[in-house]
Amino acid sequence: MNTSTSAKPRALAVLFAPVFDNNPIALQILGICSALAVTANLKTALVMSVALTLVTAFSNLFISLLRHHIPGSIRMIVQVVIIASLVIVVDQVLRAVAFDLAKQLSVFVGLIITNCIVMGRAEAFAMQNPPLPSFLDGIGNGLGYSALLVALGITRELFGSGTLIGFRVLPTVADGGWYLPNGLLLLPPSAFFLIGLFIWALRSWKPEQVESPAFRMAPQVREQEP
Amino acid sequence: MPAFRETPLAVLRIALLVSLVCSMVVAGSAVGLKSMQLENRRVDRERHLLAIVGLHDRALSATEVAERFRERITPHLVDLDTGAYVASPPGHDRFDPLTWEGSRAATDPVLSRALSRSEDIAGIQRRERYAVVYKLMTGERVDALILPVRGYGLWSTLYGFLAVDADLDTVLGLRFYQHAETPGLGGEVDNPRWKALWPGKRLFDTDGQLRLRVGKASGDSEDSRWRVDALAGATLTSNGVNNMIRFWLGPQGYGPYLRRLRQEGFES
Repeated sequence: MNTSTSAKPRALAVLFAPVFDNNPIALQILGICSALAVTANLKTALVMSVALTLVTAFSNLFISLLRHHIPGSIRMIVQVVIIASLVIVVDQVLRAVAFDLAKQLSVFVGLIITNCIVMGRAEAFAMQNPPLPSFLDGIGNGLGYSALLVALGITRELFGSGTLIGFRVLPTVADGGWYLPNGLLLLPPSAFFLIGLFIWALRSWKPEQVESPAFRMAPQVREQEP
Repeated sequence: MPAFRETPLAVLRIALLVSLVCSMVVAGSAVGLKSMQLENRRVDRERHLLAIVGLHDRALSATEVAERFRERITPHLVDLDTGAYVASPPGHDRFDPLTWEGSRAATDPVLSRALSRSEDIAGIQRRERYAVVYKLMTGERVDALILPVRGYGLWSTLYGFLAVDADLDTVLGLRFYQHAETPGLGGEVDNPRWKALWPGKRLFDTDGQLRLRVGKASGDSEDSRWRVDALAGATLTSNGVNNMIRFWLGPQGYGPYLRRLRQEGFES
């Protein structure tokens, strides 16, 4: 592969395509579980975004470096071992430097191991591409995940509790202000509705993301009497 | 792909190599960061100890926590079998009450003993011989006693503190600093509204029998002084909390210590 001539435009495409054109959450509908669970406030959403971006980038980098040596028969297990090790390191670092956030994120940092985005990029991109583009692809997909998480975190925290990263933005009625917080936004289902709205907005803006239906309903057929 | 031949030996070699490197990275990060993590846990426990007696009323930095803690709270090591204070557990000359965790001591065969099935109502399997209790002090006066408690809920062991007034009967609060119960159901043990049910409850009836329980109303109007509502939708977690209270205030827990305090006062 000749990377020297086409490296620059490709690198940019690899880095930014996953943000809007091929968003892992909005187009591929991956990583929904953590997107529902950690976005009730912006701070945990941000920390989770950074954690997942780091894990995806470095797992892509290491798997790409090893790609010629990973036997096809055990490649998934090797990928999972590398991903799991990185996640444990991230979890340990969080517990050491941001204990309260680590407690709030609880199992969800550990569950990055099973996040389909990480494994998906390792299998789909890093196994076939050189280390640098793979690293950028990991960062790009992390950014795509982060973009949606941050959007969810802002919406949910702002309208659910009237704050942003803990700072009061909308004075709530309970504190003598005028804003009555919408408690539904603090519950996980609201993230589901919001993701649906984001997908709708994104696909209205970029209609090429709309999938053709997998099944087409047959026209109404009258049942025949035997 | 270059000249990589997938022979069983090559597969085994790469598997071993990846496992070895990964395990070293994981072990290295766990060991290297352990001191910082332990420090964080200590500060977190101290925050909970301050919060249970209302001294964590605003956001405090780690140094403010340590300051308030040293000013107001005095830890003591208690021999749970005799109820007497001891200076340090045997074999632990450099004993530090601030980093002592009863649940960790309970894994050490020298410092703990296995509970029989009939004794182990809280589901903790082993109980430490020595526990650190905390006195809330104002000058020389003891205002409250904070006892570490733990017990099995539905999925996990709940670790927390029970604060009791200096009369050794009135509950000041119960809160957990670590558990993994279902969020929204058993996890509601952290809900401030449920925690607010605890202060003011009584532990013992007029005969000195432990009467506090977590459960349904019995129809006896007097009963509410000794009863905390169970959590809706979390029967097993509520039972776990109930059993935990019964265990730790009973003869296997702080019973001997409380008896001694009642006879001899806080000074001994």
